Amino acid sequence: MIGTGLLKGLAVTARNFLGSFHDPRRFVTTQYPEERTVLPEAYRNFPFLVSESADDPMGTLRCVACQICEKECPPQCILIEKSADKKPDANGKMQIYPAVFAIDTSVCMSCQICVEVCPFDAIKMDQVFELATTNRFGGLLLDREALAKPDSYFHRIHPTEAAEVEARLAAGRKAAQDKARAAAAPKAAPAASAPSVQPPAAPVAEAPPPPGTAA
Amino acid sequence: MSAADPSLLASAPGPQIRAVRDEFHGDLLEVSMGPHHPSTHGVFRMMATLDGETVVKLKPVFGYLHRNHEKIGENTTYLGSMPYTDRLDYFCAMTNNWAYALAVERLAGQAVPERAEYLRVILAELTRLLNHTCLAGFLLQDCGASGTPLMYAFREREKILDLFESLSGSRMMCNYQRFGGCRVDPPPGWLEAAGRLVGGYGGFLDEYEALLTGNEILMARTQGIGRLAAPLAISAGVTGPMLRASGVDYDLRKVDGYGFYPRFAFRVPLGAHGDTYDRYMIRMLEMRESIRILEPALRDLPAGPIIDPKARLRGFRAKPGEAYGRIEGPKGEIGFYLISTGGPNPYRYRVRPPSFVNLTILEDLCLGHSIADAVVILGSIDIVLGEVDR
Amino acid sequence: METVEQIRDRLLARFPGAAVTVVPNPGPAAQHSLLLGAERAREIAEFLRDDPVLQLDYCSNVTGVDWPGHLEVVYHLYSMARKHGPVILRLRTANRSDQVTLPSLTPVWRAAEFQEREVFDLFGVVFAGHPDLRRILMWDGFQDHPMRKDYVEPDDYEWEPTAHGDVLAKAKRHAAAAGSAPAAGEAGA
Repeated sequence: MIGTGLLKGLAVTARNFLGSFHDPRRFVTTQYPEERTVLPEAYRNFPFLVSESADDPMGTLRCVACQICEKECPPQCILIEKSADKKPDANGKMQIYPAVFAIDTSVCMSCQICVEVCPFDAIKMDQVFELATTNRFGGLLLDREALAKPDSYFHRIHPTEAAEVEARLAAGRKAAQDKARAAAAPKAAPAASAPSVQPPAAPVAEAPPPPGTAA
Repeated sequence: MSAADPSLLASAPGPQIRAVRDEFHGDLLEVSMGPHHPSTHGVFRMMATLDGETVVKLKPVFGYLHRNHEKIGENTTYLGSMPYTDRLDYFCAMTNNWAYALAVERLAGQAVPERAEYLRVILAELTRLLNHTCLAGFLLQDCGASGTPLMYAFREREKILDLFESLSGSRMMCNYQRFGGCRVDPPPGWLEAAGRLVGGYGGFLDEYEALLTGNEILMARTQGIGRLAAPLAISAGVTGPMLRASGVDYDLRKVDGYGFYPRFAFRVPLGAHGDTYDRYMIRMLEMRESIRILEPALRDLPAGPIIDPKARLRGFRAKPGEAYGRIEGPKGEIGFYLISTGGPNPYRYRVRPPSFVNLTILEDLCLGHSIADAVVILGSIDIVLGEVDR
Repeated sequence: METVEQIRDRLLARFPGAAVTVVPNPGPAAQHSLLLGAERAREIAEFLRDDPVLQLDYCSNVTGVDWPGHLEVVYHLYSMARKHGPVILRLRTANRSDQVTLPSLTPVWRAAEFQEREVFDLFGVVFAGHPDLRRILMWDGFQDHPMRKDYVEPDDYEWEPTAHGDVLAKAKRHAAAAGSAPAAGEAGA
């Protein structure tokens, strides 16, 4: 009979319409901004700079102004100017820091390549998307102060990734400390071998690290 | 030089104008279905010359979304071009990424681990599901079913986009493939969620087909409209579901056997009439076949590295040479042609867009039909202007 | 499928005196191509399409390339009937300035129609025998050919806050001309 296809279709529409009053599968609208969807951990929007501590964000930036992200950024939205002086980083090494670090979020396409190429885990992807501003020419330009957020924030928004970064950085710090200790030990050994009956000096690289040093 | 077959040059300017019927003393009306139009699938313009309501000449005009993608590709590193490929066919970012990664891997001789190949197949088939679902929705929108099938399609597409978001960080601009594998491993729970989605998709398709496939209005509006004969389709370089709806058995997943597609048993549906209804049905059938690929792929995903350990991220260079890599995207054959002269940027970076080439026969299909049918025919070609214009 | 050398030998046997040479592809992809002379390119293309062994009925991709001394058009051919390929053809112009005409292969494969128009639009290669050769991506009154390596884009300067490199140089030129100097990288209000 002609019209059976239409009737079947109307049955589907009716099922969806009536179902939308009680079945969450059929009514899928989120009433933003009163309700918010839970974003997955991997969600990324614009980047932010990681500071080790929240008390001194500018002083504890992990970024050493190597400018790799600036070169690799496809739309070239990052501007970095190196500082003239140096500051100690988390490992105690003197590093330059960025005097200017600006990202133009009207150009940034959130592709995450800057995060992938950063050798220092200094730039990570943020999840804030409510960045609308009324100033068209400068309001979307985020400078160092606006970009820097503490490491605790990074742990909160990307817990899995932050745990992995933390483990890697801790391993790096431990390796640096072991190397420093191994380099310092030969200086102590010649002083210890005085001309008296003494057992020969133990091999210098053998000193085991005391537990709990890596922190 | 031998004479060219005139039927293949139907779009040449010339004596296309039929004699206007004297009894009405009418003129031909030139209508510009302009770039701002809800049914042109983007900023696309059709200069249609109408005799009453019948199309006698139709010239597509595009370039409104031309963003210089190929020249940007020449001035950007290989890695830096990957996010731009997301934006070509913006519905199908995962397959664009894969086509580009495949071309670069062919150019550089880069191997890809098993787990990454399986993931690529899974994501490409999920993309095919969302593209074909959306196409059915858009086609019905063009027919005038204002919103219902489209919104049901978008409701299911949202579930797939949620999967993409939890995997790659972004719903559409995924930037997920890398040269030598994929960027990041699926987070815990992702595979189960994907399995649940694929398990429930058959039920959604049953409901969607109950709504649409037997619908008399859809059949009246699409059957017999825009017939594409197989010889013209082959000569015009049409690929994808549009070609298979005309009965030509050419699916790159079977022909080239790229990735690990040869491991999966799936059929290639072929159409008998080549009209709009066949193009719609082919896509529904292809979705069912995609589910038959996804279920074993998700079940048998091997453990292992997600990217080849020897792959370089920064400073990727390819030896001088060239390569053309292509995959069966949801819209047709998407290919990338790269010429390398050894530097960090490609010397020539070319995208072979399926929608662009499929538009060659738009005029041929629309001649003789009414202007309303031209909208439906354009809908069934499945174009995305991001790809047509690059 | 035959190797590219075998195809060349068959073409030279069928079209004696035609200019057919193999262009080897040094990279790992090993997709070698055939360089054809412009005079008999269309006949050779028809032969390749109709030859029962090759049956290259599908022209997949038409690319323009800008080399320092000439322009080149590359055709990737596949066979839908036999499911093999690619056979790659190259046609080269004599120079980049006045002798830029090549025979159009649109009468052989309709798929080349829009793609040759694109090569004309973006590179400037004129295809003789193309049914409708006009610009396709740029607007009709556009003057230059944008994909050429020596294309100079018009100086439609727009202020960009993170200007560096070429954009910074352009901004400085404009600032010097205007008399005021918006410092690049200065944070907004």
